[in-house]
Amino acid sequence: MSSNAMTIQDVAAPDRTWTQVLHEWVTTVDHKRLGVLYILYALVFLVIAGFEAAIIRIQLIRPHNDFVSPQVFNRMFTMHGTTMIFFVAMPILFGFANYLVPLMIGARDMAFPRLNAFSFWLTAFGGFLLYFSFLGGNGLYGAGNAPDVGWWAYAPLTSRAFSPGHSSEYWTIALLVSGFGSMGTAVNIIATIISMRCPGMTLSRMPLFAWLNLTMAGMVFLVIGPLTAAQLMLCVDRYLGGHFFDTQAGGSATLWMHFFWIFGHPEVYVLVIPAFAFLSEIIPVFSRKPIFGYPVMVGATICIGFVSMTVWAHHMFTIGMNSYANSFFAITTMVVGIPTGIKIFNWLGTMWGGRLQFKTPMLFCMGFLFQFLIAGLTGIMLSAAPFNWQLSGSYFVVAHFHYVIVGGILFALFGAFYYWYPKIIGRMLNETLGKLHFWLFFIGFHLCFDLMHIPGLLGMPRRIYTYEPGRGWETLNLLVTIGAFIQGIAILVFVVNMIISYFKGAKAGNDPWDAWTLEWSVSSPPPAYNFASIPTVASRRPLWDLKHPEDPDSHYD
Amino acid sequence: MSVIATPLSEAKGEWTLPYRGTVGMACLIFAEASIFTIFVVAYLFYVGKSLSGPTPREVLETPILGTICLLSSSLTVHLATKFLYLGRRTGFLSLWFITIVLGGIFLFGTGREWHRLIYEHGLTISTNLFGTTYYSLVGLHATHVVVGLLLLAVVFLFGLAGRVGPEQTKRAEVLSLYWHFVDGVWVVVFTVVYILGR
Amino acid sequence: MSWCFREDSAANGKDVKRMSDNSNDVDWKIICGRMAGVLVLLAGILFAAGLCLADSPKDNSVPSIFEPRSTPAESIRHLSFFVLSVTGLIFAVVFILLAFAIVKFRSKSGDRGGEPAQVYGSTQIELAWTVIPILIVAVLFAATAQMIHAIQDAPKPKEAVEVTAIGHQFWWEFRYPKLGIVTANELHVPVSDPAHPTPTFLRLLSADTDHSFWVPQLAGKTDLIPNHPNETWLDPHETGLFLGQCAQYCGTQHAKMLLRVYVDSPEDFNVWVRRQQQATNQDERGAAGRHVFETTACVNCHAVGGTNGTGRFGPDLTHMMSRHTIASGAADNTPENLRLWIQNPDAIKPGSLMPAMKLNDADLDALVRYLETLQ
Repeated sequence: MSSNAMTIQDVAAPDRTWTQVLHEWVTTVDHKRLGVLYILYALVFLVIAGFEAAIIRIQLIRPHNDFVSPQVFNRMFTMHGTTMIFFVAMPILFGFANYLVPLMIGARDMAFPRLNAFSFWLTAFGGFLLYFSFLGGNGLYGAGNAPDVGWWAYAPLTSRAFSPGHSSEYWTIALLVSGFGSMGTAVNIIATIISMRCPGMTLSRMPLFAWLNLTMAGMVFLVIGPLTAAQLMLCVDRYLGGHFFDTQAGGSATLWMHFFWIFGHPEVYVLVIPAFAFLSEIIPVFSRKPIFGYPVMVGATICIGFVSMTVWAHHMFTIGMNSYANSFFAITTMVVGIPTGIKIFNWLGTMWGGRLQFKTPMLFCMGFLFQFLIAGLTGIMLSAAPFNWQLSGSYFVVAHFHYVIVGGILFALFGAFYYWYPKIIGRMLNETLGKLHFWLFFIGFHLCFDLMHIPGLLGMPRRIYTYEPGRGWETLNLLVTIGAFIQGIAILVFVVNMIISYFKGAKAGNDPWDAWTLEWSVSSPPPAYNFASIPTVASRRPLWDLKHPEDPDSHYD
Repeated sequence: MSVIATPLSEAKGEWTLPYRGTVGMACLIFAEASIFTIFVVAYLFYVGKSLSGPTPREVLETPILGTICLLSSSLTVHLATKFLYLGRRTGFLSLWFITIVLGGIFLFGTGREWHRLIYEHGLTISTNLFGTTYYSLVGLHATHVVVGLLLLAVVFLFGLAGRVGPEQTKRAEVLSLYWHFVDGVWVVVFTVVYILGR
Repeated sequence: MSWCFREDSAANGKDVKRMSDNSNDVDWKIICGRMAGVLVLLAGILFAAGLCLADSPKDNSVPSIFEPRSTPAESIRHLSFFVLSVTGLIFAVVFILLAFAIVKFRSKSGDRGGEPAQVYGSTQIELAWTVIPILIVAVLFAATAQMIHAIQDAPKPKEAVEVTAIGHQFWWEFRYPKLGIVTANELHVPVSDPAHPTPTFLRLLSADTDHSFWVPQLAGKTDLIPNHPNETWLDPHETGLFLGQCAQYCGTQHAKMLLRVYVDSPEDFNVWVRRQQQATNQDERGAAGRHVFETTACVNCHAVGGTNGTGRFGPDLTHMMSRHTIASGAADNTPENLRLWIQNPDAIKPGSLMPAMKLNDADLDALVRYLETLQ
């Protein structure tokens, strides 16, 4: 039917020109198409930011290397971090949320479809603006070009005196604009979940995916606000002669740090909570059991949401806060590890006593569990403030957060891709290539990021374009670079898999994984209207009830 | 309006969820509140820390009239939506219009105050920390007032054209929520700038 | 919400779809082989790591945080071992559970069509794995808080050497206010005898952006932030040279804002102090070069005692020959490097704020000869 959102047949349909298809996609307000747009956009930037990482790693492969100049290197790490957080991780997670939330709660679309489209295009524009800086940022000689102030853009490095030209503006305004996009999507997620659930789906019967995205969206409001405010203040300083962060006029550089990290820390929970959401959907299905401790999972997530707002200055242990402040942030950081740990135990509890199927989505989830455990523990190490005084600002921290984001969030994302690609495209991804992708990436990841902790322990700071020989850092940096390239090859395998499977993958049908949430009740891909008639549900696993009418979940609700 | 879902009643009865417009506006208010909080924190942090220039005590005059107008406009907009619900269109339109006028008086007062501060006292955004934080905070609020007035004006024009009826009450209430928020922020800004900050 | 679980049998007999079919007939051997492979990979990585860590030469050329030579760094190592043991234990327990679950509960070929017991949860287990982490956190926090106070709130004894460190883009200024010394990049401190401690307390300031003072073997890092004075201290127990560098991104040449801390015996320290306090000798060999110095832009940034150079933007050069490196550790202090640095700083440290002085060869030679007299 021509009203299908993305049936494969339409690609060959003779009556639609490519301009018509393009027009449909550009003007769409359908949450599924916007979800796909977000994901594709993020994948493109993933590759670009990956190249930036490759440049960084090549430059660091040996001491006193001259692959790139320090100016270029500083732009590379700034753009790599900024791109990955704002134009890869956020969009891709919003993309999955956009696609899946309405389907999972039995709705036809998001609450505000046009706002949805507007939010996507705002975010997209932000990304283009940031990258336009390479071309348009050039002001006076040596000034301008892409931002090179680090993705936290600490004051007073970002003041006019130390960052002439317009490169810092590109950073500020690109993120400001995409921040509004993020807020729009968060509004949509919350309004959809609160106001558009199908009959019978009380909040306690929603899939955990919906709960976790609800929490994430709520956090986005608390979190993007401070970033927006700080960026507005930076603009006032740079353009209107303001003194918010002007230390010469009595302003405070640490104020920027506080504002930024009040955003920055909960931001990483905004990124990881949707990853938790993926796990909470995939692990039960591949363990053939319901999630262990659903109410506790909800409670723990909300707890994480709140507590994560109180830990921000653990990024600032070295700035000279007094011992009481340092102690406060140390304990809150340790405390936030408790609900996080509880979630890991609940996933384990889900697997325990199950019948585990190690298809590719589950393999990536296992990788997540292993790596997120380690990342959480290195986080506990960093929370011990005196230990932090040695570890912060070094490659130990770089290794830690890449462990969370790559070893945790990206692994969960890969799992989500293998799990939901059949639903979105209608064809299965190739299992053999999937397993190759997993193992290659696993090996490259561990080679790269396990070893990366060590130069930090040996005194190597971060954000340095080169380093001195004879400090014991050379071999480790070489091996880390090799690991990085192995991961790059694995991503190539993944991209190839997605392309080949688009044309040649096995037809998926409605429910290839024998799962239990509502998105598996519609065709793959779903029709534009999602559900022929809005379903009514009586439990957390409506499809289990349908498949097991003699023993439905609704008896136990 | 509650944003907690009503549980499914056992009989095949109602399934009503909160109106998405109200939920959306509540989210927006929440987000804007977090932006304003940061500006307020910056203002309070920098009280007394300017290295030079005019101090609040020397130059600020409490905008009593503007405040009264703005806060009463919350009352008028609230009454306007009540009238709309009851179908009394003229009452709705007049009160809505008075809301816009009151908001306009507030803005005008702010503009006059800024004119006086800039030209009589030489206080600009770049003069000192007080100037920077004052104009940013009050300016951010004033921007939200401007946006609010524009939205109110759009509804007013639709109302004049006869297109706003009792069935639009929920939407008008959502907009009035935004206006109440703007007033609420003014209470905080007023307290911080004209009472605490002096 | 009920917490019960129900028996296996309920789902038997129903045709469960594609999932639990024969594609899961994975061998014991393959699973164990894969797990062994993973363990070998990780062990290999750990081994490589161990090799790299193991050869910490005695000459302090590797600034490892696990080779402390001063009380703050030693206390931190102490705490770190405690934290590492706790986290190591947690890792071992959870990893073993995970590995066990993966091996024991994977679906076998015998499970045709059946679903396992559908367990929803268990209050006791949830309580257990909430309470135990809370206790662990309490213990960790107690140790951490105690250490924070011990290091940060350490009292300053009367015998402490006081240094003011000012961070610049991209060099370190060190002043000893009570001794009347101004120097740059290479810090000299006396060794501290635990019986009669003579620690060095540093007051940390910044002239421009944020920096961070990090010499891993001596102390944790503390930032230098403009308009936000900080303090740190160290009491080295051994003489020697300790390496570090700026640890807070401060601009283009952050990477080469290196630190050298010379811990001297009390006698050597006194010798060094006296040398720094001496007025410059007016060496005849340097007269021509001194003239170049005083009539070129050099004096805008650099100070040399006894000349009209009182610039503060760049390092004080009065006793620059007492330092082993120039450009904040970017090059050794040799006449060739000095010449190159003055003529073309970008060759040594591209993006540093030292301008190329564009002197003719004669002036340049004279200047270098003059600088060589600044002992």
